[in-house]
Amino acid sequence: MLAFLLRRVIQAAAVLAVVGLIAFSMFRFAGDPVNQIVGPDTPVSERAEIRKSLGLDDPVIVQFGRYAGDVLRGEFGISYQFRQPVSRLLADRMPATLELAFCATVFALVVGVLMGVYCALRRDSWLAGLFQAVSLVGISLPTFLTGILLIFLFSVTLGWLPSYGRGDTVRLGWWTTGFLTASGLKALILPSITLGMFQMTLIMRLVRAEMLEVLRTDYIRFARARGLTTRAVHLRHALKNTLVPVITIAGLQLGSVIAFSIITETVFQWPGMGLLFVQAVQNVDIPIMSAYLLLVALIFVTINLVVDILYTVVDPRLRLPAGKAA
Amino acid sequence: MTEPVLSVRDLTVAFATRRGLLTAIDRVSFDIGRGEILGVVGESGAGKSVTGSAVIGLIDPPGRVAGGEIRLGGERIDTLSPAEMRRVRGKRIGMIFQDPLTSLDPLFRVGDQIVETLRTHTGLSARAARARAIDLLAEVGIPAPERRIDGYPHEFSGGMRQRVVIALALAAEPELIIADEPTTALDVSVQAQIITLLKRLCRDHGTAVMLVTHDMGVIAEAADRVAVMYAGRLAEIGPVASVVRDPHHPYAVGLMGAIPTLSQDADRLSQIPGAMPRLTAIPPGCAFNPRCPKVFARCRVDRPEPLPVGPSRVACHLYDKAARAA
Amino acid sequence: MSGQDLDTGDIAAVPQPGAAAPSRWTAFRDSDLLASFLRSKLAVGALIATAVMVALALAAPLISPQNPYDPAQLDLINSNLPPIWQAEGQAPFYLGTDDQGRDVLSAVLYGLRLSLIVGVLGVLTSGILGIALGLVAGYAGGALDTLIMRIADVQLTFPAILIALVVDGVAKAAFGGALDVGPLIGLIVVSIGLSFWVQYARTVRSSVMVEKGKDYVQAARLIGLSAPVIMVRHVLPNVTGPVFVIATINLALAIITEATLSFLGTGLPETMPSLGTLIRTGNRFLFSGEWWIVAFPGLALAGLVIAINLLGDWLRDALNPKLQ
Repeated sequence: MLAFLLRRVIQAAAVLAVVGLIAFSMFRFAGDPVNQIVGPDTPVSERAEIRKSLGLDDPVIVQFGRYAGDVLRGEFGISYQFRQPVSRLLADRMPATLELAFCATVFALVVGVLMGVYCALRRDSWLAGLFQAVSLVGISLPTFLTGILLIFLFSVTLGWLPSYGRGDTVRLGWWTTGFLTASGLKALILPSITLGMFQMTLIMRLVRAEMLEVLRTDYIRFARARGLTTRAVHLRHALKNTLVPVITIAGLQLGSVIAFSIITETVFQWPGMGLLFVQAVQNVDIPIMSAYLLLVALIFVTINLVVDILYTVVDPRLRLPAGKAA
Repeated sequence: MTEPVLSVRDLTVAFATRRGLLTAIDRVSFDIGRGEILGVVGESGAGKSVTGSAVIGLIDPPGRVAGGEIRLGGERIDTLSPAEMRRVRGKRIGMIFQDPLTSLDPLFRVGDQIVETLRTHTGLSARAARARAIDLLAEVGIPAPERRIDGYPHEFSGGMRQRVVIALALAAEPELIIADEPTTALDVSVQAQIITLLKRLCRDHGTAVMLVTHDMGVIAEAADRVAVMYAGRLAEIGPVASVVRDPHHPYAVGLMGAIPTLSQDADRLSQIPGAMPRLTAIPPGCAFNPRCPKVFARCRVDRPEPLPVGPSRVACHLYDKAARAA
Repeated sequence: MSGQDLDTGDIAAVPQPGAAAPSRWTAFRDSDLLASFLRSKLAVGALIATAVMVALALAAPLISPQNPYDPAQLDLINSNLPPIWQAEGQAPFYLGTDDQGRDVLSAVLYGLRLSLIVGVLGVLTSGILGIALGLVAGYAGGALDTLIMRIADVQLTFPAILIALVVDGVAKAAFGGALDVGPLIGLIVVSIGLSFWVQYARTVRSSVMVEKGKDYVQAARLIGLSAPVIMVRHVLPNVTGPVFVIATINLALAIITEATLSFLGTGLPETMPSLGTLIRTGNRFLFSGEWWIVAFPGLALAGLVIAINLLGDWLRDALNPKLQ
């Protein structure tokens, strides 16, 4: 178990190192950093000075070491567009993205599992058919179209929900939250559904397929033969066994939720990291791009690790003594 | 004679398929008395397991009981509602499946599975149910039950798991146990132990057993009476001594001839030529007629009904005295 | 069942690649694949819908009332007209016009064409890249294999759209400033190619690993065929099924990716709009009531992707009877 975790941590570190190398290469080689700092009429000598002061004349390996050191201290350089430290820009925007991703994941998990279970247990009902059709559309519709459709329905036509921004937020230390105001909560609804839609359909399809598989197993037949209530058979035994593989996928999807928030944040002008990233790509703001990439990689890798650990908690078969777990 | 625990009359089970209705069980009748073990034998696909599933009300769609009646302690159970039948399962009829490795839910401790079964069918408190579960595990011969009760199924060997399954089947003191190939998946050395255990427990508790198997050795060892099934029909039923040593139905004769015994020369084991017909192609008359060494004209036209021959009942025109006298 | 028939078709084709074409076609015609296709109304509908959209897209220059890429044909007098069935609608602007007087129907047809072209090119790029890397990784093994598959692993942890965005952003930084439409399309195609190669590489690699040990490959090696020849002639035919399924599903993904990039403003420019660009510009008019400017490109995009996905779903199930 410990060896297994250790191996996973090393793998995670390796992935981060590779992404770090890519981020550094972007930072260093895509466009001359000096040009981003000075004006076009700065004399060559001054340029050389800045070049030297930035350490751009050192060997690449030294520069990478320095970059890695900066990154570990949370310094990602200065944004070309905003002339502010990237770390502060990201920290300002992070709560918005994390709150949105959290709500989207809750939506995707709750609705996806409920619909999936329903479709598996009432396979031939018309509602299950409807859910299946919805899932096909949900998986096909690009995120931004879902968002536009929701805005058109609930903001433009019905006027119920806001179509952009976070509403009123409350500051708690460095964190700003939309959970504590009515307008903040209302503003979360449409973006969360938009962002969670794809994951929701994915989870629903997965739960349905997995549960149908589980319902055919011997231990479910045996549970029926023991006279357990249908409820216990379905919701205790079948559901728990269904959720084991679902947890992995759903957990891994959490990372994509954060990355996919790029699109949702653009549609809803949500002041999060994704919107910052899109603006960075549009304006070729390399420090923000590389920092965002690293951050997303870190989130992904952490989630992968947590999912692995969670998996062993849920499935006793994996809780074998070290060495036997293969 | 007292009322039999289980009484099956003209049981017919049909499966609706794309090619029409398939009759998997065709007018099968038998009784099992208190404390009696009825062995049900036949080749794969003869309908042994389906008969067991029909009795406990667990035939998977598209199959259904299409005719006849099943009485448990005199009460008709094939017409019960699903909810009422659910209360019969586990409480009045226990079931043991073929593969102990897949019969237990891998994600639940064995103790929790026993406690859950007990509490579904009895008013025991959680604590009392746990104490009873430990007793049950001890009774089926699991060493250190107070410790093993918190183990997960994967921590038990195959034989030990089958003991747990037996404990589960016996948990609510049912009147009848259906054991569907309970030893087939086990090591030969463990098979005898499980059979001995089953036999002892049923004698002690006065439980009737329907022992489905294709292993004549198991039948000879454990059963009081034996029913031979062929192509969904009952060929012969009678006391085990009579059917094994002195079978009447040509199919039973062939089947018994295929059992190796120590006194017999091993290379003179007989074999029945041909194969059992598929359910889609059961010939008219006696289902066995294409393979029968003693076939005559009537066998290809009339279906034989089980008639008393000595202590047994045999479905074969050879023993129809009235007809032969005519 | 259908899988079996397909397999025999493949195996029959392996020893004599030259004679494969007719026998393969007969195998297909007689196989359950065709029967299963005709049985599935949804699949037939999806195929018809896809075919109609492709035909419309290809014929766009012939059937559109207007060339939406030609500013000379736009007239501000005709701006913001609603669709023809509304009171102010005017022929020939059946689906209305945008704020510059651009005919929405024409724009959708041209956009559809551009989306399909970029999608197909993107799938081809990712397919060629993935198949090549998969063949190399599987056949060479060792360090090269490890390197390629590790890159694949790392890349799989990121969603394709993020990779496409980064590639796009980095390339723009490297080339500096605005690109022409041609190179821009090339850039998007490359972004898509780099985002979607992993699945092909994995599938092809595992198939190569299986085939590599088989007798006929050993025999081919003995009679002196070189490694590339063996791979292309003998291993590739075995993976056409799965690769085709991946390509179909990826076509939908590639179209979505291009549309998303364009929607985010990093894809195709407004002067040469794809469906994504049209939705991006149309989105601005949602609140002022000109819903048709965004609705029809959106419908076209959704319809195209759903139809292709349905085809892909059916194909996957039909080729893989185990995955019901």
